[in-house]
Amino acid sequence: MSEDKLSCEEVIEQLFTYLDGELDHVHSAAIDRHLERCRDCFSRAEFEKRLRERIRASARAKAPDSLHRRIKGLLDQY
Amino acid sequence: MDRLYGTALRLTGNPDDAEDVVAEAVSKAWSKLDDLRDLESMEGWLFRILNNSFVSLWRRRKTRDEVEREAVETSDAGGFSLFQQLHQPFLLWWGTPEQEFLNDVLQEDLQKALDALPDGFRVVIVLVEVQGYTYEEVSALLEIPVGTVRSRLSRGRALLQKALWHQASEAGLVHGRRPSDGGAGEST
Repeated sequence: MSEDKLSCEEVIEQLFTYLDGELDHVHSAAIDRHLERCRDCFSRAEFEKRLRERIRASARAKAPDSLHRRIKGLLDQY
Repeated sequence: MDRLYGTALRLTGNPDDAEDVVAEAVSKAWSKLDDLRDLESMEGWLFRILNNSFVSLWRRRKTRDEVEREAVETSDAGGFSLFQQLHQPFLLWWGTPEQEFLNDVLQEDLQKALDALPDGFRVVIVLVEVQGYTYEEVSALLEIPVGTVRSRLSRGRALLQKALWHQASEAGLVHGRRPSDGGAGEST
């Protein structure tokens, strides 16, 4: 595979691995270059990035008072 | 505390287990505080203990075989892609349906879809997408091959996106389109 001439199909196939930071530098740079010139793939990558941000945000939650009390009780034992 | 609880909530998928995991993690961390040499790395250290506490609880509840069987028995979403369902290439960038979807989808619906995923899929997604774990780190923590991490991530993401599509359809966020079981190469 020539990294400089990735097809859209190849980019989409590797997109999540790329977004997960699991591609080596050469492959990652080749996808960067493709995304700079391909609007469709760029839109797809941006969508997946934003969806990931929303998923990350889903892990924000307020700890309930019951947990605070439980932790205080545990730490008081030490 | 909120971040620990929020992460535990997404890992376990329910508030009671999340409380148990955080309480166990804080207790373990407190008892091992002397082992922590660099205070700056405390956050990462705490989250690692949290993840280990979660895995211990998970292992007490479900065997590896049960998790694997659940994963195998779960219907495949066939590479379902929300983007491909929503995308209309002729629209301008500031008004695309996929951007509207991301603006409109409720955090509550996202949490519900994530929590409803079978454990084996949800856990790898939370570890990679929320906590930024590498595939190798997930593999080591869960004691599964890297190939299994990859496949669960891929199937879990497709299942999650399909569930979000169904929720959005029911909520009227995606007008005039019908959910499709289609694969990655399918267009609407």
